[in-house]
Amino acid sequence: MAELLDVKNLRIDATAYPEDGPPEDITIVDGVSFQLGRGRVLGLIGESGAGKSTIGLSALAYGRGGVRITGGEVILDGTDILKLSPRGIRRVRGAKVCYVAQSAAAAFNPAHRLGDQVVEAALRHGVLSREEAHERARYLFDVLGLPDPDTFGKRYPHQVSGGQLQRAMTAMALLPSPDLIVFDEPTTALDVTTQIDVLVAIKRAIEETHTAALYITHDLAVVAQIADDIMVLRHGKTVEYGTTRQILEEPRETYTRELVTVRQVKKEEAPDQSQALLKIDHVNARYANGPLILDDVSMHVPRGQTLAIVGESGSGKSTLARVITGLLPPESGRILFKNEPLPASLPERSRDHLRKIQMIYQMADTAMNPRHTIRQILGRPLTFYFGMHGQEKSRRIQELLDQIELGKGFADRYPAELSGGQKQRVAIARALAAEPELILCDEPTSALDPLVADGILTLLTKLQRETQVSYVFITHDIATVRAIADSVAVMYLGQVVRFGPKSQVLSPPFDDYTDLLLKSVPEMKVGWLEDVLETRRMESGGR
Amino acid sequence: MAPTDRTGSDPRVTEDETAGDHLPPSQAGMSPAAAEVGAAERGEEWAREAERQHWLKSPLATLILQRMGLSVLLLFAVSLLIFVGVEALPGDFAQTYLGQSATPQAVANIREQLGLDRPATARYLEWLGGVLQGDFGNSWASGRSISEQIARRLGNTLMLAGFAALVSIPLAVGLGMVAVLYRNRIPDRLINALSLAAISLPEFFIGYLFILVFAVNWGWVTFPSTVYDGMPFGARLEAILLPGLTLVMVVLAHMMRMTRAAILNVMSSAYIETAQLKGLDAFRIIAKHAAPNAVAPIVNVVALNLAYLVVGVVVVEVVFVYPGMGQYMVDAVTVRDMPVVQACGMIFAAVYILLNMVADIIGIVSNPRLRHPR
Repeated sequence: MAELLDVKNLRIDATAYPEDGPPEDITIVDGVSFQLGRGRVLGLIGESGAGKSTIGLSALAYGRGGVRITGGEVILDGTDILKLSPRGIRRVRGAKVCYVAQSAAAAFNPAHRLGDQVVEAALRHGVLSREEAHERARYLFDVLGLPDPDTFGKRYPHQVSGGQLQRAMTAMALLPSPDLIVFDEPTTALDVTTQIDVLVAIKRAIEETHTAALYITHDLAVVAQIADDIMVLRHGKTVEYGTTRQILEEPRETYTRELVTVRQVKKEEAPDQSQALLKIDHVNARYANGPLILDDVSMHVPRGQTLAIVGESGSGKSTLARVITGLLPPESGRILFKNEPLPASLPERSRDHLRKIQMIYQMADTAMNPRHTIRQILGRPLTFYFGMHGQEKSRRIQELLDQIELGKGFADRYPAELSGGQKQRVAIARALAAEPELILCDEPTSALDPLVADGILTLLTKLQRETQVSYVFITHDIATVRAIADSVAVMYLGQVVRFGPKSQVLSPPFDDYTDLLLKSVPEMKVGWLEDVLETRRMESGGR
Repeated sequence: MAPTDRTGSDPRVTEDETAGDHLPPSQAGMSPAAAEVGAAERGEEWAREAERQHWLKSPLATLILQRMGLSVLLLFAVSLLIFVGVEALPGDFAQTYLGQSATPQAVANIREQLGLDRPATARYLEWLGGVLQGDFGNSWASGRSISEQIARRLGNTLMLAGFAALVSIPLAVGLGMVAVLYRNRIPDRLINALSLAAISLPEFFIGYLFILVFAVNWGWVTFPSTVYDGMPFGARLEAILLPGLTLVMVVLAHMMRMTRAAILNVMSSAYIETAQLKGLDAFRIIAKHAAPNAVAPIVNVVALNLAYLVVGVVVVEVVFVYPGMGQYMVDAVTVRDMPVVQACGMIFAAVYILLNMVADIIGIVSNPRLRHPR
């Protein structure tokens, strides 16, 4: 039987514009081949830059930015779509092949109602009549678990939540009953408890409509729940291609094994966590006259150890960081630093207070001046806090670069010349330059690939051993918490749900929220999603 | 999301919605189960709240009212500026009127007749009171009512501006979209080059060029473009054809280039890619998906140019001998006929402020986040 999609020896080029020198062509996908039968799901997995989105979009004969498909064949249902005219390609897009983007929030047009956007492709291609299309949209909204399917389409994108938008985007892709859907990291931007709902919705929709799918993600645990087959990609080439079970249970290649067994970091919890460096004492906070964001929050950071604050978007964890740094003075409550009350607002704090609490951000990109060299970036706190100049300053910069395991050559480079992981290392060095006692890390690894993130966590643990610095580690990722925390605080809707040593917080008996949070983290095994669904069904049946 | 929609029956959906919101502490349940129970009560409460809120309290209405209030305030400030500016002008009507040989007594008499001996504040308040009732006082030079004279002149100016706007706005927006459609290809380059040439030539030059070609050489239209009362509409239209087209040439390029830039800016958005991946044709993508999100910047530059059409047409009016507001004001300045200068200044300022206000309001209304609050 002929396959639905047969990709042969795909080659994709892009033009790079290096700062010094003429534009040059680089190959970003090279010699990739795969087949996909009707109703089957193939997972494309790899780190950023592996070319997985580019391959996914080639199924729509689309090159993002300046990307060009320069070789190979993409045979869809017997036709090589790369050879079609622009008109012919338009007839394929939105009718036979549909696309679900990573960020539905950006991918929906803010100016139009969701329903009109969802049915647009089907109407333009004449697949369905207007009435049929809206009827099917209602049906799909219902299947995907969206609230009020009858009126959901009347809303504008900004009126619904991120998880709902992602499901609406899936409905949009399913609506014309395409042969193939390309899912491009559809759950990456979501909270875990939301992710699981969207995963369930996508899986159910694929099963009911018998559409085939390419599922692109960097998260092996997620793809394991959806895909029949998995292709592991690296630097635009196929590393390994096999069934999901084989990839997970008997990986052949070293790289695949690394992906499967990621998270080498394992820090033993400190036995004595009673010595508080920073104590947060019944803090309430809100922005302007808005609702209360932090509601009676109390916790402490053990000296020389790591407090992980875990919670989903809207839990108030980043606001807590703003309160600690003094950017947002609390409405009531106190913050004690070494048992001394810390002035509430930034202008009241002395330079020494500022020096002792440093911060690392999620996006190292936006936290560094792109026009400064690494030397300038690291030199600034040295001059500002310690008045260092000349030889002394150069020596210290070199020490810092050694500490973050970057070589001498990096000092005179610009942030743009560094990879994501290297930039985050520089951000860590900048925080260390102030010789702080506390570093607030706001999701420092969530924008990084798993292997790179692992390197950053290892580095942070090593630095803590060397300098006795304490961390407040803000994250939504339970695996990260398990890896590096001593104490853990679970936050939900502005309140502390649980706080204590890691071993206590992450072991039963759980409160409802922590239970839900822990159970929502995908596990790297086939059938995990079904198990969760089964448990849920039994629980709701028992009620 | 609408408050009433929070009573969804699926607990996981409720949970997912509330996670992104910051709830009042009394209702922020610790567990999802508690949150779910709270959701129903909350939904009802918020529905009641929404009913209590009058439409005046909607963010859209508030913003629009604020913007209108600001315009009124601005207009008062401008009236003060105009009055002070005219007061500070060197030269004196009585002196100019009577000539070099005037006796000091004669000058003083005229000043007293015109009330110029009274304090400035009293004159300002009197003038402002009149303006509020649509009475700009009498011209010093002719002694006749300014409001009557201006009404006719303003009509002429608005007709000319309206004609130019009717031609130039659709043309500019249309050409801007075509330029985006053929971005960096020959039609785009051609449109850009021609519009740049048009904007670079001074308007009097374009005006005289048109007169030379269309009126003198080819004799297609009449010149001068003088219009008078009781002139038939067709003849009027013919008279304003050349000055109108000259104005079109002047404002077209600016609006076209801003339309192109505003739409191109939107074209790099993710939702444009979505539209492309739906297999829509290029023109539909630009017209349906890009243009609605570029309304605010386009309307702003259109308003600026409309204001220019009304306020800045002095040169074109002089070239074509067209009896509009600009000429009226220039004549008044030469003879120091201050009430007329003030009146023209006020009207020009009002047009400017009004058009910009309308543009801002359209910009506000075009934002779906304000039109349809959560």
